[in-house]
Amino acid sequence: MTAAAAQFDAMVPSACVLKQVTKETPDTFTLAVARENGSGENAFAPGQFSMLWVFGVGELPISISGDPSKHDELVYTVRSVGKATHALVSQKPGTEIGVRGPFGHGWPFQAARGHDVIIVAGGIGLAPLRPMIYEVFQNRAEYGRLVILYGARSPRELLYRKELAAWARQPETQVLVTVDYGGIGWHGHVGVVTTLFKYARLHPARSVAMICGPEIMMRFVTRQLQEHGLQEQNIYLSMERNMKCAAGFCGHCQYGKHFICKDGPVFPYAEIAQLLDKYEL
Amino acid sequence: MQTLERIIEEHPFFEGLDHGFMDLVLGCATNVRFGKDTYIFKEGDTANTFYLIRQGNVALEIFAPQRKPIIVATLGEGEILGWSWLLPPYHWKFHAHVLQDTRAIALDGKCLRKKCEENHDLGYEVLKRFAGIVAQRLESTRFQLLDVFSAQK
Ligand SMILES: Cc1cc2nc3c(=O)[nH]c(=O)nc-3n(C[C@H](O)[C@H](O)[C@H](O)COP(=O)(O)OP(=O)(O)OC[C@H]3O[C@@H](n4cnc5c(N)ncnc54)[C@H](O)[C@@H]3O)c2cc1C
Repeated sequence: MTAAAAQFDAMVPSACVLKQVTKETPDTFTLAVARENGSGENAFAPGQFSMLWVFGVGELPISISGDPSKHDELVYTVRSVGKATHALVSQKPGTEIGVRGPFGHGWPFQAARGHDVIIVAGGIGLAPLRPMIYEVFQNRAEYGRLVILYGARSPRELLYRKELAAWARQPETQVLVTVDYGGIGWHGHVGVVTTLFKYARLHPARSVAMICGPEIMMRFVTRQLQEHGLQEQNIYLSMERNMKCAAGFCGHCQYGKHFICKDGPVFPYAEIAQLLDKYEL
Repeated sequence: MQTLERIIEEHPFFEGLDHGFMDLVLGCATNVRFGKDTYIFKEGDTANTFYLIRQGNVALEIFAPQRKPIIVATLGEGEILGWSWLLPPYHWKFHAHVLQDTRAIALDGKCLRKKCEENHDLGYEVLKRFAGIVAQRLESTRFQLLDVFSAQK
């Protein structure tokens, strides 16, 4: 394929069908989508995203939250925050949806092999990290310890609760979950995600950390990781700024000298440290 | 079994404390246990103790009229519970609700306050350590107030 043809291809959505919608929390749903032509061309790397086209509404970037070893369908976890996401989560199984991608640079899973992996997620941020967690479990011998720190606003806003419990039972794995506000009846941790660090068994010198959540949360978490001795170059963040073309043409998602769509969404902290602290970039 | 002395010496809160001071602190310490679903203290009670949690989980709860109680923070292994014993009027500001069976070292705040008044070097060491904890908790509370996971940003 010529470069021009490849560019054109990246801009054309492929027809897919919504197979299943599962409610995760009051405003967040997991959607399973399959190609209409039945092809299983759904390979992706953990941390990559697709552009999902809801007919009559528009297109939006959503990270792939499913298992990278399964190619029969693509799985997304979507939080309804506005017009497009609301339309997406309200679709019924059988509806046609356009999918472009996968796009972007995902989590550095090859570089992380041989290391402990620290996953820090906030809210919907666990969705783009879930494929990375699957990757570790599927290639368990390739990685050291897995530490998952997850924070959400309240107990009912926690994603993948059953899976979190199942992951916590795996060897060489520590899963710590917290909520910002706990009601009576919640017997887990209460406090922001950074308060979990004091319970985490970390070996900073041999760890790679991957963080996804609201930007301000990522700033607090990065600071904590550095205080624990993690090297800047071993910290990766997923930056989820809004975008249009997703293929690096339109400049909509420009972030300093980077285009989030094609250079990211995952960046080494060292590359974007200067930008992360800037207001209104 | 670890002695009280070893436990206190190894606790991060007392890390680096001079041996002479450690003896003064030890004189105010006892081992305690609390069963699940009991309260260690309640809002408004006189605050004369603080706790080094060795194991378990304790929730700090606030009650407001016509609202469900909320848990503002939980404290677990290695953490310090309570600083209201340090400042007048020495009353607890929260309920401390035991979520899991908890083992702790209780330090008699009245006894420690007296020793700190008599020996300002010890007082400075104790205050310095509590200031660090208060600063950490304040930072967490500010982060919590940002409510970063709410849909409206
Ligand atoms: C690379 C990438 C991956 C993403 N992955 C996911 C995902 O897996 N699941 C998911 O639910 N969402 C994901 N998002 C965010 C999602 O694309 C936006 O929530 C969506 O585009 C908002 O469109 P809307 O019309 O529903 O809301 P709008 O009406 O456009 O906005 C509603 C509210 O949401 C806020 N908002 C919009 N976009 C974002 C954003 N990118 N980040 C934070 N707040 C935003 C707005 O400020 C506004 O307050 C991702 C975004 C990017 C860039």
